[in-house]
Amino acid sequence: MPATVTLAGLGKTFGMTAALTDVTATIGAGQITGLVGPDGAGKTTLLRLIAGLLAPDTGTLEILGHPTAERDAVRDEIGYMPQRFGLYEDLTVQENLNLQADLHDLDAATRRERFETLLQFTGLARFTGRLAGQLSGGMKQKLGLACALLPRPKLLLLDEPSAGVDPASRRELWRIVRTMAGTGVAIVWSTAYLDEAERCDSFLLLDGGRLLASGNPADFTHRMQGRTFLVGLPEQQRHRIQRIAASLPSVADATIQGRSLRLVLKEGSALPDLAELVGGDATAHPTRPRFEDAFVSLLQADQPPVPAPRVQEGMTRSADGIAIEARDLTRDFGTFRAVDRVSFSVKPGEILGLLGPNGAGKSTTFRMLCGLLSPSAGSAHVAGVDLGRARATARERIGYMSQKFSLYGNLSVRDNLDFFSGVYGLAGRRRSSRIAWTIESFDLAAVADLEAGSLPLGFKQRLALGCALLHEPQVLFLDEPTSGVDPLMRREFWSRIGGLAEGGVTVLVTSHFMEEAEYCDRLGIVYAGRMIASGSPDAMKQRFVTAELPEPTLEDAFVGLIREHDAERQGAAAA
Amino acid sequence: MISARTFFRRFGGLLRKEFVQIVRDPSSIAIALVMPVVLLLLIGFGISLDARNVRFGIVDENRSVESAGLFQAFANTPYFRPFSFLSSRAAEAALMRGDIEGFVVLRSDFSRRVTDPVRAADIAIVVNGVDANNARIVTGYAQGVVATWLLGHRRDRARPVLSPVTVENRYWFNPEIRSTNFIVPGLIAMVMTMIGALLTALVVAREWERGTMEAMLASPASMTEILLGKLVAYFVLGLGGLGVSVFIGLVVFEVPFRGSAEVLVGISSVFLIVSLAMGLLISTVARSQFVAAQLAFLVTFMPALILSGLMFDIESMPHWVQAVTTVFPARYFVSSLQTLFLAGTVWPVLLPNLAMLVGFAILFLALAIARTRRSLE
Repeated sequence: MPATVTLAGLGKTFGMTAALTDVTATIGAGQITGLVGPDGAGKTTLLRLIAGLLAPDTGTLEILGHPTAERDAVRDEIGYMPQRFGLYEDLTVQENLNLQADLHDLDAATRRERFETLLQFTGLARFTGRLAGQLSGGMKQKLGLACALLPRPKLLLLDEPSAGVDPASRRELWRIVRTMAGTGVAIVWSTAYLDEAERCDSFLLLDGGRLLASGNPADFTHRMQGRTFLVGLPEQQRHRIQRIAASLPSVADATIQGRSLRLVLKEGSALPDLAELVGGDATAHPTRPRFEDAFVSLLQADQPPVPAPRVQEGMTRSADGIAIEARDLTRDFGTFRAVDRVSFSVKPGEILGLLGPNGAGKSTTFRMLCGLLSPSAGSAHVAGVDLGRARATARERIGYMSQKFSLYGNLSVRDNLDFFSGVYGLAGRRRSSRIAWTIESFDLAAVADLEAGSLPLGFKQRLALGCALLHEPQVLFLDEPTSGVDPLMRREFWSRIGGLAEGGVTVLVTSHFMEEAEYCDRLGIVYAGRMIASGSPDAMKQRFVTAELPEPTLEDAFVGLIREHDAERQGAAAA
Repeated sequence: MISARTFFRRFGGLLRKEFVQIVRDPSSIAIALVMPVVLLLLIGFGISLDARNVRFGIVDENRSVESAGLFQAFANTPYFRPFSFLSSRAAEAALMRGDIEGFVVLRSDFSRRVTDPVRAADIAIVVNGVDANNARIVTGYAQGVVATWLLGHRRDRARPVLSPVTVENRYWFNPEIRSTNFIVPGLIAMVMTMIGALLTALVVAREWERGTMEAMLASPASMTEILLGKLVAYFVLGLGGLGVSVFIGLVVFEVPFRGSAEVLVGISSVFLIVSLAMGLLISTVARSQFVAAQLAFLVTFMPALILSGLMFDIESMPHWVQAVTTVFPARYFVSSLQTLFLAGTVWPVLLPNLAMLVGFAILFLALAIARTRRSLE
């Protein structure tokens, strides 16, 4: 395997923070190298260093035999697709391609031939006259890829190409990139999705700017062989069982996966006593280890274990019946129907996930249910209140945590809590007791007087959740709460959410992130403004079990559902 | 070294992109062509340094033909609307209420003293000094009215003029002393500063916001080519803005133009490059359109309004403030435009200004290119 890129002791510091420290690795020709890690791990910095957008502070970097100083020699050999694809949205597909061709100095004959190949390859031939801004996420991604491929690079750098794109488009992209790798191109694919690492030929796992592991993903995952099991769970107390399991000394990782508990054992440990843990006739079935399992066990060897969150008392159980009900919820923006007659209901203590690609209408649905947007038609009830009639009353019963954690960065943790409790109208003894409760149960005492903006991501996330819970809401809305955070943080977060749900809080989550969806009791698949399917994650996967695919993932199910829906629509259109 | 053909293909591609974006996105056109119209009309009509129809009190303790004549003299100018008061106290009360801007006091011996060859008449002028600038203007006008009346009065009486020297005022370059003639060329300079800086600051910030700048930087195009593409495209648009501004100045405000059109276009082009480069420089620190717009207003609008000589005479500022004004390019353009409009192509004034502007253009462009190159860091 000839090395296209060789990195030795590479380091980069921005001001006081080290973005990358001592990275030594090679990237091989004809291979897809997954650059994997949570947000802030240093993936983008590494890609920018390779692309020549940044100069390294320490170490050396060699591309196709040229050191950094001979950067100009390899400029035409590198194709780079930045995050959000780097397209001019007010230029058409063809104009975007023309610009790239001009920049790479391609003559008329060459560009004609390459345009034809690439347009056909990406399926964009019919859309050359369309503005890039009016393409769907998947099509933008393909156009970005076509632009990066135009100079026929020997090295293709893709920065989170699959973020926010629906799984079907994501698969299509893999197919294209796989073909490119077959022609000898070295491809670097950066991603926060750990499952994508499994499909790469090799991987570089970054965390906190350091290279944690690298090599062949199968070898990496193989280390976990014989240590991963699925245990059936009873209907009740699943989250409590998960919390107990996670705290056992023999268990490296315990997560809820639909109706099962997925256990990852520590090296050399035996299965815990299932009868005691789960009760009755519980049995453990071995299951295939995943990349994430290896990552989690690696992280745990590295870090002190996260303290198990305290059981959260003090949550009020909401009234019996239905916590959230949407009936024929519709929202138009001009002539565009963003949400089209969406109906569903959520029971108290249930976690419902709205899953769908960006632009499918899930955020719009979400905003209507939080009372941030009025529906064009249909009705919504939250916590027993009609949002159309008593929006203010409904808001008092709703907690909301956005993806960006709406915290005041230059206020201390305590000031933030104080501020938000004031916003929610808490006063007197209730206010001080709720703030004390939040600091206590979210382990914030040690950082209470530090500025919120200076805290690590995990603390910010806890504080944001704490703020959303100050007024003891019956319904909690979460907007992509754990996309891009490291797997340990995600586990900690969801274990708290599980505890809340068992205390009777109803949780509605939006996500385009499969790993997040696994934590939900029930899923609604939102696609092109419609709710095309709903059910438990297990039931969805069950529908797509085949002989070749005995253990379909949620993504398999998602892609399958969308295909079925598209086929149905085409059938209806034909008839 | 790249070949000329490669350069032109790349540069042509970048330029084409900029023009397509200008056409598709109306915000640039709005800034370049609509904003000058709105600003010039609003500020041009809003700000006037002339005193007109000033309500003015005449305290007539004399009640003579002479005092009535002076009253009439105030009434006959377009600058004053006189009101008669019987006592100083009544006039003071009216001044307090803001009913009048000031008053003159004609003592009971006014008519006698006016004709007295030995003891000249003294007239008290009281003016509301809160707005110092306005007070000075009103005082000056009032003195003028009195002096003119006195002169006519003595001539009527066929008495020899007592003072051995008389001053005859003649206002050069702006004989009607219309402040509009002086302000509008300055306003054009201010508007050009703003649109130049806003245009480039916003479009580059937009490229950062949308992630396209990163894609450009990773391409074989050099930073200089990318910025030059922006400069050329928005230069053309900015010249359009200049045309609109000059047209409004000449047609709507009827400001005379005494210089040469070629020199106007030449100096304006240099200044446009200065302000476009200023926008590029702003964009190296402002990555969002919002911050870019704020910064552009702060570093262009405010200094151009206050420290350029557009509103306030630089010569009469304290020395250290005068020193501060030298670092704002608008000052040199304001002076150039005022000269071109009101005086003509006066090279001794224009050349030093032009030299400073060329210096600024080179400095800002070099800084912008050097800073953008390192801006991903």
